[in-house]
Amino acid sequence: MIDLPALRCWLGAWAAHLKAGDVLVLGCALALCVLSALSLWKGGRPDKAIIRSGGTVFAEVDLSMPRIVEVPGPLGTTRVEIQPGRARVASDPGPRQYCVRQGWLHTAGAVAICAPNQVSLALSGRNADYDSLNY
Amino acid sequence: MTRSITEIVLTPTADDHRVARHAAAAIVLTVAEAAIPLPLPGVKPGLANIITLVVLARWGWRDAVWVALLRVLVGSLLLGQFLAPGFFLSLVGSLASLAVLGLAMHLPKRWFGPVSHSVLAAFAHIGGQVLVARIWLVPHNGVFYLVPVFALAATIFGLANGLIAARLLDEELASERPDTRCL
Repeated sequence: MIDLPALRCWLGAWAAHLKAGDVLVLGCALALCVLSALSLWKGGRPDKAIIRSGGTVFAEVDLSMPRIVEVPGPLGTTRVEIQPGRARVASDPGPRQYCVRQGWLHTAGAVAICAPNQVSLALSGRNADYDSLNY
Repeated sequence: MTRSITEIVLTPTADDHRVARHAAAAIVLTVAEAAIPLPLPGVKPGLANIITLVVLARWGWRDAVWVALLRVLVGSLLLGQFLAPGFFLSLVGSLASLAVLGLAMHLPKRWFGPVSHSVLAAFAHIGGQVLVARIWLVPHNGVFYLVPVFALAATIFGLANGLIAARLLDEELASERPDTRCL
């Protein structure tokens, strides 16, 4: 069993050496730890969408502003929707709609392929966890 | 027989003795710490900094600089690290933290104690080391990937070292007061 009163007294004896400013400095230090972890360890977050049509790169779009890219293919127009941090194929003239049903892509390396219309949408990031992700 | 005029007589002053005594204590802690197994290269408790903090509070910044730099030099000689990459990392870390300590010691004493000094110095230490590592040893941004780990270690060990230093400093005053220790 842990002797609780003794433990509290022991912790209190150490805490007596902490001053108000010390607590402030410690708080800032912990905040710095959390912030640095959040900003440096965001692996897998995509920053760019690469849209290919007929095997060649049709457009490279930054994932910072929402927009819609219309890609022409042999069957018609594939509409790719871009939003901050994610992208999806909004509509496609293909018969089975696999790439549309894949929904939003969030991770770097994720790919949606609309084979009948020869259009593909891939997300890339600086430190991607995967080279390619398909569902 | 007359005394040779080329003979140099060094008379250590009380200051020299004091610096030497504290540096010796810091060197002992450095060597003892080298025996502790560490999960990650670069993460160390830095127990010798307790001595630097105590010297800073009691004797001022000049003595703290002497003690810290003597500790880095002799510690690296004893551990066979002199002029190895680790020596330069610890030298730069010490210089950075001494510079920050020189500023931090002027914070109002009423609010900021050794714990503040210790945490600030620990952050300056890792800051200097990561910078040197990035520029010289590992010229790749991958070094920054470990920064959160180093920052957490600096917080924890900065707190621990600062508390020990604060307790050592208070113990001297507390010896005159009635005993309030836990039973």
